[in-house]
Amino acid sequence: MNERVRLLVETADDELILGWRDSEWTGIAPFLEEDVAFSSIAQNEVGHARALYELAARELGTTADELAFDRRPGEYLCAPFVELRRVDWAQTIARHVLYEAADELRLEMLKASDDAELAGLAAKMDREEAYHRIHAQMWEERLRDEPRFHMALEELWPASVALLPEKLRPRLADRLGRELPASLNGLERGNHTPEWPELWEQMTEVRRAVPGAAW
Amino acid sequence: MSALNQLGQEQELLEYVQRGGQVETTDWMPDEYRRLLIKFIEMHGNSELMGVLPEREWILRAPTLQRKLALTAKVQDEAGHSQLIYRVVEDLGKPREQCLADLISGKSKFHNVFHYPTKTWGDVGIIAWLVDAAAIISQKALLKCSYAPYARIMKKICWEESFHILHGRDVVLTMMLGTDEQRELVQEALNRWWGPLMQFHGNPIPMEQDPMYHWRIKSQGNDEARQQFLDGYVPQIWELGLTVPDAELRKDEESGRWHFSEPDWDELKHVVTGHGPKTKERLELRRMNHEETEWVRQIVLAKAA
Amino acid sequence: MGSADRPRQGRVSVYEVFRQERKGQAFQHAGSLEAPNDAFAEEYAREFYGRRQESEALWVVPRSAVHEIDDFVDELERNYHRVDGYSLKAKLKEARERAGTSARGDG
Repeated sequence: MNERVRLLVETADDELILGWRDSEWTGIAPFLEEDVAFSSIAQNEVGHARALYELAARELGTTADELAFDRRPGEYLCAPFVELRRVDWAQTIARHVLYEAADELRLEMLKASDDAELAGLAAKMDREEAYHRIHAQMWEERLRDEPRFHMALEELWPASVALLPEKLRPRLADRLGRELPASLNGLERGNHTPEWPELWEQMTEVRRAVPGAAW
Repeated sequence: MSALNQLGQEQELLEYVQRGGQVETTDWMPDEYRRLLIKFIEMHGNSELMGVLPEREWILRAPTLQRKLALTAKVQDEAGHSQLIYRVVEDLGKPREQCLADLISGKSKFHNVFHYPTKTWGDVGIIAWLVDAAAIISQKALLKCSYAPYARIMKKICWEESFHILHGRDVVLTMMLGTDEQRELVQEALNRWWGPLMQFHGNPIPMEQDPMYHWRIKSQGNDEARQQFLDGYVPQIWELGLTVPDAELRKDEESGRWHFSEPDWDELKHVVTGHGPKTKERLELRRMNHEETEWVRQIVLAKAA
Repeated sequence: MGSADRPRQGRVSVYEVFRQERKGQAFQHAGSLEAPNDAFAEEYAREFYGRRQESEALWVVPRSAVHEIDDFVDELERNYHRVDGYSLKAKLKEARERAGTSARGDG
């Protein structure tokens, strides 16, 4: 896997799995208006994953769906941060806030890439992400007096750092007014959370039922 | 208002709606009309809200990115529909929180089809295609509802539902063009869903005896809706080589009417009164979810004191 | 759950949404939603009435800002400034006869 493909797949895996987790709220969000809004965010994330997989798939001579769903669990390159199962709304919003901050920096980097195709896609994604950022900001403002929200931010912060390459991490810490963790034991890409096997099982269940079939 | 005046006004309104007139939120309406509206519209909202539960499990299992997106969008639409519907009920005088409380406690009802389990990806296709088709037939008839705010949201709902049916049909078609295993999944799902589908539009009540028709809240009889469903969709089912699990099912070419085995009305009654295979489990999920997210609504949405 | 001294409680308002389907068309009432403030209301309106790019533009207004008027008086039937106040048929017939230009349809 060359550098370009690796970067594409890492980013796509992040967006796919975060989108997967975020889509868990569809139909059961805290109230109906928010249900619709948050579902669009989840769909955008999966949509971004699809576009990124398509670029990688072309290079690898496969399809986006095969890349997204037909790998073994150990072959996924997402940051463990996106795999975590967050059943509480405060935790979900905390992750949302941290992810959007990190993703903004990542997209900035991709938009500046010499790779025209990648830069173009990053620009498109960034235009959609602008609304995610507004949404995250809105909720951050609303939850700012909630202890459980602050606890969730504290708890999730170290894992969120792993979303970015080393060189961007100090900027993230700066932006969020936090200290970079001394070590990211087990939180770097290449590691997976205890909930990952179950997530992978569910995600690939139907596809594995009839391998190679069209759906 | 004197009793005689009230009676006169009620008669006037009745004649008005029977002539095709429409009523707005701020218009005077008799208690009976308001009561019937709330009950009917609330049940619709409940159904959209309960319908998301079987379907959302499959978002996570969707076997392609396209299907994942489409299914998420479909369930999103349904949550959106329940918002539109509960808003109408709220403007009629019953707050959303009360509707949710009555749903969770089992006091109010939701449509039969949402009390059943989903077992395979075959169900996903059959539900999106045929259950949504059955629903859209009723929904199109509601475009003429005498209560205008409800008729207006039905326009948006029908427009959004149109992609649901296409998506469902696409899922089914793709499987029918696939492997024997996939075809078997579709047929097996159809076998399980046919009974509930035939019960969906309700037992045939003569229109003259139906207060919903009296006030032009509904303008289509249950039997008529069922015939429309069969007319539209049985040919589509048969042309794929699927069989419908009813030996009696056939169209009388002379009368243009479909004959079928009498649906199990006892099963329908049993299910909608809260005894479906998945009723308790799904209401419990709603109750738990409602409790767990109460703090968010407190912070964001508490009504003004 | 819920402490007695919670500092901030949400207050929900109903917002009305008007949408313009295509450029040049009038904004029409599309529906209503509940939101704690303008920022949320805008986000939700965007989602409910624009997630499929089905609207050209939206107006989002707190319901309290909308004043309904549905009673209009016309006790004296002022049709002098309406089209239905002008029936020219009889006068036209007479004028054509006078000018000798009557057509067959004048009856």
